[in-house]
Amino acid sequence: MGLFERFRKGLQKSRNALADKLASIFRGRKLDESLFEEMEEAFIAADMGVETALELVDRVRVAARKRRIENADDLPDVMVDVMRDMLDIGSSDMNLQSEGPTLVLVVGVNGAGKTTTIGKLAHYYQAQGKKVLLAAGDTFRAAAIEQLLAWGNRVGVDVVRHSQGADPAAVVYDAIAAGKARGIDIIICDTAGRLQNKSHLMAELAKIRKVAAKEMPGSPHEVLLVLDGTTGQNGLMQAKVFKEVVDVTGIVITKLDGTAKGGIVLPIVHEQGIPVKWIGLGEGVEDLQPFDATAYAEAVCRP
Amino acid sequence: MLESLSNSLQSALNRLRGKGRLTEADVQEAMREIRLALLAADVNVKVVRDFVNRVRERAVGQDLQKSLTPGQQVVKIVYEELTELMGGAQARIQMAPKPPTVVMLVGLQGAGKTTAIAKLGLAFRQHQHRPLLVAADVYRPAAIDQLKVLGKQIDIPVFDQGADANPVAIAKASLAEAEKAGADIVLIDTAGRLHIDDQLMEELEGMKAAVQPTEILLVVDAMTGQDAVHVAETFHQRLGVTGVILTKLDGDARGGAALTVRAVTGCPIKYVGLGEKIEPLEPFHPDRLASRILGMGDVLSLIERAQERIDLEKAKEMEVRMRTSSFTLNDFQEMFRQVRNLGPLDQVLKMIPGMNRMKGLENIDLNDRRFLRMDAIISSMTPAEREDPSVMNASRRRRIANGSGTTVREVNQLLNQFEQTREMMKRFTGMGKRMSRRSAMSALKAMGGLGGMPGLKDMPSLADMPSNSVAGSGGEPRQRQHRKKKRK
Repeated sequence: MGLFERFRKGLQKSRNALADKLASIFRGRKLDESLFEEMEEAFIAADMGVETALELVDRVRVAARKRRIENADDLPDVMVDVMRDMLDIGSSDMNLQSEGPTLVLVVGVNGAGKTTTIGKLAHYYQAQGKKVLLAAGDTFRAAAIEQLLAWGNRVGVDVVRHSQGADPAAVVYDAIAAGKARGIDIIICDTAGRLQNKSHLMAELAKIRKVAAKEMPGSPHEVLLVLDGTTGQNGLMQAKVFKEVVDVTGIVITKLDGTAKGGIVLPIVHEQGIPVKWIGLGEGVEDLQPFDATAYAEAVCRP
Repeated sequence: MLESLSNSLQSALNRLRGKGRLTEADVQEAMREIRLALLAADVNVKVVRDFVNRVRERAVGQDLQKSLTPGQQVVKIVYEELTELMGGAQARIQMAPKPPTVVMLVGLQGAGKTTAIAKLGLAFRQHQHRPLLVAADVYRPAAIDQLKVLGKQIDIPVFDQGADANPVAIAKASLAEAEKAGADIVLIDTAGRLHIDDQLMEELEGMKAAVQPTEILLVVDAMTGQDAVHVAETFHQRLGVTGVILTKLDGDARGGAALTVRAVTGCPIKYVGLGEKIEPLEPFHPDRLASRILGMGDVLSLIERAQERIDLEKAKEMEVRMRTSSFTLNDFQEMFRQVRNLGPLDQVLKMIPGMNRMKGLENIDLNDRRFLRMDAIISSMTPAEREDPSVMNASRRRRIANGSGTTVREVNQLLNQFEQTREMMKRFTGMGKRMSRRSAMSALKAMGGLGGMPGLKDMPSLADMPSNSVAGSGGEPRQRQHRKKKRK
């Protein structure tokens, strides 16, 4: 199954919800104001937020005029291009080091899917023949360490861990030492879920980052913010605050196999300038995929 | 984000302020702003549309309450509708007529079910129940461990059969276990699942049939966006959800999902989760969340309070007495009581938007105890003294001071203040023909501490109030009054 098909399949529900809505709006209509208004509402219902939805509609309107489009049925092509342009703000590739371990820090609010994402990431790189090490940095939540261990067993990678309640920065410190000693390619660090308005927890995250940078200059090479695809406008706040504190380098958007459309990525990419790097399309280990703006835009806009 | 939203709402409503009647266009503009604010709070598009239509209908051309300006009236309507949308009154958990009461928790992955169940257990134990937690999430790695660890932490038994057992079988077996252990409430943790996952939803239906739960609570993340509507709809359709637990409300999400869920399923929100620390779940108050979603709750509660607690009949009666200069210490006392009914004075002041930006507010003594003392002093007087303070001599003053636990000096102060107030009344009534009824009323309001309510323009009268007619500390405003008097 090619990447494109996987996207289409995974986003089936998103596609159905938004694309079908749009298709039913467009069917056999001419371009007029009420059409654009209905479009705007459909975008807002996809969690894009009022401002971004307005901007998206504006851009589509301008592009449609430029291309002299008169029938609404031709709009999906325009929408795909516009949405791709808005999402395409630089490479979605991971910044992997050729020498020494690459440190990937995974952060996010509670219940976004950090640990699951890490399991899937480990599987992805393991399958590519990389040596992966996991660090159980969620020392707060009950049984979070066991959850990561379970993933480590399933995928077949080692997990560096301390006991519950330990300093997560110390776990990361040990993981870096272990990674260097064992010739590991990629270290993926779990962290406890935290709401972005808890300043003491955000400070803890900043400390983890500082410790990592000291132990291995240049690290963390990637800081991935895991975002629940069902998140609404609060996702924007999450991206903003996490970016300020740990300089997020990429977004992982999860749980897009439901009816949620993950429309919140649009304002995040657009306003915060953080690229989406991965997209979670299901519960299987294979279902985490590198993000592809074109494929996403196609899957979301085309019925 | 929150501030900017509440500001945009306020500015929209400010434009309405001062208008005697709302036109369609005024309301249209305000409704647009409200719509945007609600959408930004993640309230579902459809719900917003219905909501705005309802508010518009109520707001246009209606019979306005005299005590509120049209702008405030719109805020009030919005607030009432919001509260209504969220279920009006607080909803409790149903108990089974014959124990054990079985409660199932369902929801999407990562909504916070396992944490919520531990907190719910704690809430029940607080009320002298004996809960049993059941670990039926066999899919997520270490979910059972998580519940076991939590159970140990809060010392509530956890029933599990490992990760290889069938969830329905676990649930069924837990009932027998509950009976054996003497538990009267069984709380079943289920695996997170997508509402569109047929197979897993069937499993829940099977579990429901097997254990006949009294309550099925849908756990919803407060940060959920527009999709909340689909989730709630499907879970409700298939399982008949009886209530909702809203989690992660300690974040800065505005919780619009709550509105959506309630509007779609008609199920009340029963509990809210605030934080990952294992503390009892809090019962849900629709009105408080309404305030939070609007980001302007304080103005509203002030309006509500004024409406609830200021007795209009009495206020009118008092106005008449003032106009006929039969204002007695009894009325004086009544005035204080009404003001105090609004709540602690500094709190009341803080409820008024823009009040924190007022200069010199921090210098004004807002000590409520003054009111209490004045109340006590007047209460220590005989009815005759209250009707006619002129009978007061040194002996009476001493008796009153002793009776109220104050000093003669304080009694004198109060009598002076009363005299001053009455003097002022006389002035008003003396000018009766020149002064409209309205301005007399507003003078009463100013003294009663209500002057600030209609908006910022009346603010100074309120700020003056404590040092002028209440505190009697001889500050500047009081001197100004003396000068006025002399000029007359």
